[in-house]
Amino acid sequence: MSSAPRPYTLVAELTYACPLHCVYCSNPVDFTRHEDALDAADWRRVLREAERLGVVQVNFTGGEPLLRPDLEALVEEARSLDLYSNLITSGIPLARERLERLRRLGLDNVQVSIQDARPDESDRIAGREAFHRKIEVARWVKELGFPLTVNTVLHRENLERIGEVIALAEELHADRLELANAQYLGWALRNRTALLPTKAQLERARSVAAAARARLEGRMEVVFVVPDYYVEFPPACMDGWGRRFIVVSPDGLLLPCLLAHTLPGLSFGNVRERSVEELWSSSPGLAAFRGEAWMPEPCRSCARRAIDFGGCRCQAFHLTGNAAATDPACSLSPDHGLVEAARTEAARPARELVTFSFRTPRTSRDHSR
Amino acid sequence: MIPPEAKPALAPKARLRFDRTSGGYLLLYPERGLALNATAANILKLCDGELTVDGIVEKLQGEYLDRSAEELRRDVLEFLEEMSRRGLVRVLE
Repeated sequence: MSSAPRPYTLVAELTYACPLHCVYCSNPVDFTRHEDALDAADWRRVLREAERLGVVQVNFTGGEPLLRPDLEALVEEARSLDLYSNLITSGIPLARERLERLRRLGLDNVQVSIQDARPDESDRIAGREAFHRKIEVARWVKELGFPLTVNTVLHRENLERIGEVIALAEELHADRLELANAQYLGWALRNRTALLPTKAQLERARSVAAAARARLEGRMEVVFVVPDYYVEFPPACMDGWGRRFIVVSPDGLLLPCLLAHTLPGLSFGNVRERSVEELWSSSPGLAAFRGEAWMPEPCRSCARRAIDFGGCRCQAFHLTGNAAATDPACSLSPDHGLVEAARTEAARPARELVTFSFRTPRTSRDHSR
Repeated sequence: MIPPEAKPALAPKARLRFDRTSGGYLLLYPERGLALNATAANILKLCDGELTVDGIVEKLQGEYLDRSAEELRRDVLEFLEEMSRRGLVRVLE
């Protein structure tokens, strides 16, 4: 199939290992099954092949990409290919000298995750002490002349403090603030009862974010991402399956999104065996949900099918057991009741006490059994 | 409003990149990018923090003979104001 669309962004998941244990981590729940299989030479080849296909941006992410001692070589390669490179990090473990080195090698942007504006709350979500170190790292980022993105994942426990998060990002002179509500897949789905906000919480937060966006225009870009559970129609997940984004997992699978390898029956090739070009154009897993041929009703005849591409395949599978179903987040989905039930549960005046399932190798192995 | 003696520069987070596939320029910034037409790319290439808006207009004049300096300045300012609102261009006074 030579008609594969042009990809723009490579998401390079260098490792699933991470010093943090965030309860909404976007890595697959069975991450311990996927080992780091690509060495620096493999990753450099992936960068070159992706650039040849049209990719202009690379996100170095994980897990925690700083755990790879060869990150420097990859940043250097990205620079030599004139790729816009973004390091997506928890900030741990990082020494100022290493950040300085990455700056010299041509890294373009640093994104630091901060779980909450309050130290104790932030550390509780991360499952370890990390907040103060993160703030220090964010200051180094700016001192060294990098642009800084602050990313905070929002949920029912921190939505009320969105104003404090914005104030913190301003104080850190962030260039971009991502206020991204958790999406209820993977670890966040495991912890959904504890994390899913109410509609009222969300609307208050949204208006605070909108006011900040207007006030900070031109100084700090403020992005507010709504959870799919509270939209009428789902967004275009990854701008559409196999359209704009190439994700390469730590074990070398070439994927359309962060969790596609959790869908059964799809085969995604490995970049250790075949080139990025070949996999992008002919991997059966990518072909499965490209375009519209796979769509069921109501998507098939829906005017929005070219806008949202049927929504998120992983959400469809993890809620209904069928990856080819209409995304249940869509109000037109026959399975929308699953999402409505979760919203109703979130708004109940008296709720069962729940405990978090932290993302750790041990809980991963337990869940994978 | 950007004054004509202001010196525009690309914001630290923004980078111009030639795009082989389209033959044009892209303005890249975190998680996003803009495909630029030739005029937009020509303007941004001159945003080096040294040239003033008037300096940029003067440099462009040779390539846009069908437009008066007045019209050209208006177009340049309008474009730079939009880029500045998006946080992609900084204006040094």
